Amino acid sequence: MSLIELKDLTRIYVSGDTEFAALRDVNLNIDSGEFVAVTGSSGSGKSTLMNIVGCLDRPSRGSYMLGGRNVANLTRVELAAVRNEFIGFVFQNFNLLARTSAVENVELPMIYAKVPPKERRQRALEALERVGLGHRSGHQPSQLSGGQQQRVAIARAIVTRPKLVLADEPTGNLDSATSHDIMMLLSELRAGGMTILFVTHEADIAAFAARCIVMKDGAVLRDERQVSSSTGVHA
Amino acid sequence: MIAFGETLRLAQRALRRNKMRSFLTALGIIIGVAAVICMVSIGEGAKSRIRTQIEGAGTNVILVFSGSSSSGGMRGGMGSQPTITFDDLRAIQTEVNSVRAAAPLSRTSTQAISESATWTTTVYGTTPEYFVIRNWNTVRGAQLTASDQAGAAKNAVIGQTVAEKLFGAGTDPIGQVVRIRNAPYIIVGLLDKKGQGGMGDDQDDAIFVPLSAFNSRIQGGLSNFVRGPVYVSATTTEAIDTVRRDIGSLLRERHRLGPDDEDDFSTVSMAEMTGMLTSATQTLTTLLASIAFVSLFVGGIGVMNIMLVSVTERTREIGIRMAVGAQPADILAQFLIEALTLAAIGGIIGVLLGIGVGELLASRFGWNSTPRTDIIVLALVVSATVGVVFGLYPARKASRLDPIEALRYE
Repeated sequence: MSLIELKDLTRIYVSGDTEFAALRDVNLNIDSGEFVAVTGSSGSGKSTLMNIVGCLDRPSRGSYMLGGRNVANLTRVELAAVRNEFIGFVFQNFNLLARTSAVENVELPMIYAKVPPKERRQRALEALERVGLGHRSGHQPSQLSGGQQQRVAIARAIVTRPKLVLADEPTGNLDSATSHDIMMLLSELRAGGMTILFVTHEADIAAFAARCIVMKDGAVLRDERQVSSSTGVHA
Repeated sequence: MIAFGETLRLAQRALRRNKMRSFLTALGIIIGVAAVICMVSIGEGAKSRIRTQIEGAGTNVILVFSGSSSSGGMRGGMGSQPTITFDDLRAIQTEVNSVRAAAPLSRTSTQAISESATWTTTVYGTTPEYFVIRNWNTVRGAQLTASDQAGAAKNAVIGQTVAEKLFGAGTDPIGQVVRIRNAPYIIVGLLDKKGQGGMGDDQDDAIFVPLSAFNSRIQGGLSNFVRGPVYVSATTTEAIDTVRRDIGSLLRERHRLGPDDEDDFSTVSMAEMTGMLTSATQTLTTLLASIAFVSLFVGGIGVMNIMLVSVTERTREIGIRMAVGAQPADILAQFLIEALTLAAIGGIIGVLLGIGVGELLASRFGWNSTPRTDIIVLALVVSATVGVVFGLYPARKASRLDPIEALRYE
């Protein structure tokens, strides 16, 4: 069974009298444990796709099965619970809470998952350890480099052990060496059994994935398997 | 939704992150609550003080005033037209049951001159019974006597303030001479200290001379009529109403008033005086407290203002929280509790500050400050309500943000 099943997924934005279809009849299956890159020019609908897959937005039409459950028509409250339980997010601009230590940032999803404080702290420290930042747990985002901040964000995304990690341009604000490190980290997580879906517009970053989906004008243009560069050229 | 304790921790952390702003926001509430508590405490203090002072004058005392003059539709105040005669006074003393004593009290404001000083004070003419009614004793020397009264003796007893002003503190005034309206009076007694009167006057700033001497040398007048009120004391507090009624019917009979005629005199008991004065104070206190409550309201608007700014400023934070699984109710609760915490802390500090300032003002100006528990509770409840009411709108606004928009917010 696929982890993600999109059937005839359409998202229409209405502004005044005009309608704009950001996604039209997208059909897509992603299995558990896949490492998928989504690329495409700006306006191709990749961000809209990520928002719907990430349960931040709802489709106008079509169905979205996540782990066998139709999440297309859930309420805001139900979507929040789905995000908390099944999905981890990594953003281009890291989106860490300012003036808040790394470990507290990582604890954030567990607060809403109602994990008791002691266990929370322990799991957050473990997640930081896993991204190689165990020694920086007390630092605030302003005291960390971009690459370190993104590692904290990744720790936050994986700390609830979600089935799906979504990364929106995770290397967009990083230099190429750091980008490479971050993609290697994501590859490792994938090897550990996580399903990872990331958006990028850089070919060498997309090359890390085992499958590349190219979007154009709200539809899937190409969907191809490829040899992941994480085990090849860049490694 | 996450647990309340968790939300409380989140709110506290957010407030601590912006200490100065949190303090300034709470300051609006602090000042509002402090003003309410301070005003009410001082008002309450004034009320209880008036009560004890008037009751100190004797709870079983009745004042009888001459009637009001009435000419051409204009009505003067109590006692503006003398109607009570000395015969009436004697009749009250002898014919009404349960009357312990009755005394007239005439007064005028004039200069008193000693060898070393001049002091403008109030000179009273009365009879020895007055001191019995007022339960007022001398600390030195003797009281005025019946023979002083009979012989219009130029003897005087004085209050402590007068003694101090005319002869200096700690000097024994007994046997000294004080000149009033060019006549010398020998001081025979120094009265004990009574302090401030019910009207805020200094009761110890007084010279008492026999009424006969007062009428013949200080301020003459209609010799048959009593000038000023007549003090009557009942034997017991319970007898007051009966005594008042009996005085009323006695005077109506003696003044030959028909059944349709209005009284040409009036009586008032000390209990009534207390009620009148405390209700006047109450009105003023209520007025001041309402103004203070308005400032509390303004403080609440300050809380709303800051919370709105805070929601806008923290839009991205809200987006992040929502992305990682915070429900709208969690966001609502967090901002609401932030507002509530500001209001509650402001309320508690305000109560302490209000009590403190009340005490300070009281000790500075010689007032009393009596904090009232019900007002303290009310002020706390109001400030908490202000927190909820004014925190609700910004909190709702935060909880309804679209996570995608919020995450993109710069």
